Amino acid sequence: MSKVHVATQINGEVHEFLCEPEETLLQTLRDTLGMTGTKEGCGTGDCGACSVMLDGALVCSCLVLGVETSGKEIETIEGVAGEDGLHVLQQKFLEHAALQCGVCTPGFIIAAKALLEKNPDPTETEIRYWLAGNLCRCTGYDKIIRAVQDAAVTLRA
Amino acid sequence: MAEAVDYKYIGTRPVRPDGVDKVTGRAQYGADPILPGMIHGRILRSPHAHAMIKSVNLSRALELPGVHAALSGADFPGGIGDEAIGGESGGTMSDLAKNVMARDKVVYHGQAVAAVAAQTPQLALQALKLIEVEYEVLPVVLDVRAAMQESAPLLDPTCITKGVKPEPEKPSNVVSVTTFNRGDVDEGFEQADLVLEREYIVPMAHQGYIEPHGCVAQANEGGAATVWCSTQGHFEFRAATSKLLGMNMADLKFIATEIGGGFGGKTVVYLEPVALLLSQKSGKPVKMQMSREEVFRATGPTSGTYGTAKIGVKKDGTITAAKIWMAFEAGGFAGAPTGPAAMAVFSPYTIENFKVETLDVLVNKPKVAAYRAPGAPQSMHAFESILDEAADELGIDPIDIRLTNAASEGTTAPYGPKFPTIGFVECLEAAKNHPSYKAPVPEGAGRGLAAGFWFNVGMQSSAEVHVAENGTVTVVEGSPDIGGSRASMCLMAAETLGVEYESIRAVVGDTQSTGFSNVTGGSRTTFATGMAVVQACEDIITQCKSRAAATWGVDDDQVEWEDGHCVPKPGVNAEVKPLSLADMAAAAAKTGGPISGRASLNAQGAGASFSVNFTDVAVDPDTGHVEVLNFTAIQDAGKAIHPAYVEGQMQGGAAQGIGWALNEEYIFNDDGVMQNAGFLDYRIPVASDLPMIDCEIVEVPNPSHPYGVRGVGETPIIAPLAAIGNAVAHATGVRINELPLSPPRIVAALDAAHKA
Ligand code: FES
Ligand code: FES
Repeated sequence: MSKVHVATQINGEVHEFLCEPEETLLQTLRDTLGMTGTKEGCGTGDCGACSVMLDGALVCSCLVLGVETSGKEIETIEGVAGEDGLHVLQQKFLEHAALQCGVCTPGFIIAAKALLEKNPDPTETEIRYWLAGNLCRCTGYDKIIRAVQDAAVTLRA
Repeated sequence: MAEAVDYKYIGTRPVRPDGVDKVTGRAQYGADPILPGMIHGRILRSPHAHAMIKSVNLSRALELPGVHAALSGADFPGGIGDEAIGGESGGTMSDLAKNVMARDKVVYHGQAVAAVAAQTPQLALQALKLIEVEYEVLPVVLDVRAAMQESAPLLDPTCITKGVKPEPEKPSNVVSVTTFNRGDVDEGFEQADLVLEREYIVPMAHQGYIEPHGCVAQANEGGAATVWCSTQGHFEFRAATSKLLGMNMADLKFIATEIGGGFGGKTVVYLEPVALLLSQKSGKPVKMQMSREEVFRATGPTSGTYGTAKIGVKKDGTITAAKIWMAFEAGGFAGAPTGPAAMAVFSPYTIENFKVETLDVLVNKPKVAAYRAPGAPQSMHAFESILDEAADELGIDPIDIRLTNAASEGTTAPYGPKFPTIGFVECLEAAKNHPSYKAPVPEGAGRGLAAGFWFNVGMQSSAEVHVAENGTVTVVEGSPDIGGSRASMCLMAAETLGVEYESIRAVVGDTQSTGFSNVTGGSRTTFATGMAVVQACEDIITQCKSRAAATWGVDDDQVEWEDGHCVPKPGVNAEVKPLSLADMAAAAAKTGGPISGRASLNAQGAGASFSVNFTDVAVDPDTGHVEVLNFTAIQDAGKAIHPAYVEGQMQGGAAQGIGWALNEEYIFNDDGVMQNAGFLDYRIPVASDLPMIDCEIVEVPNPSHPYGVRGVGETPIIAPLAAIGNAVAHATGVRINELPLSPPRIVAALDAAHKA
């Protein structure tokens, strides 16, 4: 099988690359483009560690093919911090000690950011259900939920 | 009890030094390094749970263009001795070797039998299909009770049970029996007003770290190599790899990348020796990463157990006798955590008559590895459940029955020594006074409570502390940071040196850059490595005092260290100006050169950590679903250096325990093939399954640590199993002594009780 030429926007920048037809977006990001901030926890859509935004929708990058992203816009964890420094969610995760090993953190931040953009004032239950696709084995979620709640307050202000 | 001490830095909650890299995706985990010319390794795994390997033929795989190397067990040097591995993971080097790559036999489904390295991961997978392996399939045994039958298929025909007298003549699947005794149990049961005896079953469960095992290995032509790996102990990984490959340890550099969870499961090597051998064969750097399915099938879960418990109690709640018998699944190779399970089970209590017997039993399942307080969740689930049932029968509050029997300073622990200062009574009292315990049980719900205990260990640690020319400080330690320990090291260094947290950074050195340190395990890092950091800082203080003394022309003992400064003792040359660490650093060239401190130690006196957990649950009788309404974890931390990360351990351990109690289990078919090797079907708790987990940190300082630290990492997983079980019993009126309390099991138990 020959590789496919793909042009896509990642974190606001145009990237062109060759992609195996069966390669997942997660593999493309990590292995082809060297963007290892997006993590693999399962490869089967069950853990959310590989979460990215694809044309404004929250997806598991392990369930999307690299070739499918042609002409689309992708946002990864590497694009979350801006010129003014860390995003409020990143700052709140640090302040609340919402990470232990930290391998789930990029996925949680991408997913939580998507939530707060849709729903700036979520209840605890709404946060818990929105993030139910993101597994964390270290924290018991308590501090993650609090970090998201606190970030929501700051972002609303 | 030691006086409460006011600290300036210890007990605060600053942002961890490695935090920004982790929230931005910069932090490098095991599978993240990318090297020029790097290729990808994959492992071929056994399709049988028990079989002889007749032959392995790699040639067709090697012919595939883009494949650079292939290997099987025959490619590993032989002659590996039977020495014990030690630490929290049991077993021998020779078993470890076969678990890394099978030789002539496979003992569980998914055991590694061959490996390839190819240009891309996809190509490597393709190449695996070209490897030809011929097996002779053997009968499978999966249940410990079946494995102990005389007719059972033998996993290791040379296995003669250890720990029983007289020594058995015939081989069996029972590797060893561990026994602890005190007093006369029969007499103790005679004295009791109530005697209960029950069976308890706990399933095999996985640590479930989110990061699969991953590493990159690069060998050079001169025999040296560098390995980047996700590990709880890069020094032990180096030692194991050098033994398994017959390499000179001096040639090996192991770099601990960031680690995406371990919980004990990353204390043993799986991929590193394979990746390194593939790198030697191909001359290229090799990356290996397991799939989630491989993690479930072939890396250490913890033992499922079958056991019985018996308790004798007087009307006033005094335990007169207790007995536990428990068989642990070792998996395909010896090494279930039977020792700690037996030592821990009665440790919270003063019991005059007891007997505990635990068995390490071979079954055709993956070889178990350490998982957070190895063995204690299973054994203590049994005892904390039967004790609760006794309390119910006698109409005694579950806290009161535990207070009546609680171990305290001076109690002889079941495993021998007398306890120094411990905090079990304090935890029980904290529970009793907790607003959530005083609050009524919500309508229709049930409340359950249980205790936990873990010894904690010290072991060997090294640390170096370097003062830069402007007085800022770098701490170099050898303990992989799995949950924020670099922040704790910085806090202890700040407190000891009297300089700001912000001017200190801690790094985890590779095996060639810092002194030997044992694994991050046994809840030892903040205790033992922390002690090394404190001593290394004290070394700096001693050097500073002597340099100040020379500067001032006074004797060394006339200088004191106060709040980060050298000051003259009262009455000594009062004219001189105090010298800060920054002053000392600036003048270092004139006073003897750069200032560095170091300490290497084998830490003694790891204080035990006790816990009490309670929870309210609601059970839906139609669906069998258990909703955890609230959960309170109380634990003695000795002294919480960074309380947020202590709470994190308590909350994370509680979540793992709740998951094990309610849903998590390995499910095998009759051929020994795990049926739920993925996160969809092996269901760990998700955010919507859990409430907030309330924490109360009790602080009864450990006299053996400069700041009173007790390890906190392992204790938290123990109590939730029985606390949830006891709560479900109170919510439904039915005791279910087999975990997990999954919906079908609850519905079946309620139906059976209804019919009875
Ligand atoms: S790696 Fe994509 S969901 Fe787990
Ligand atoms: S912090 Fe380790 S998995 Fe979430």
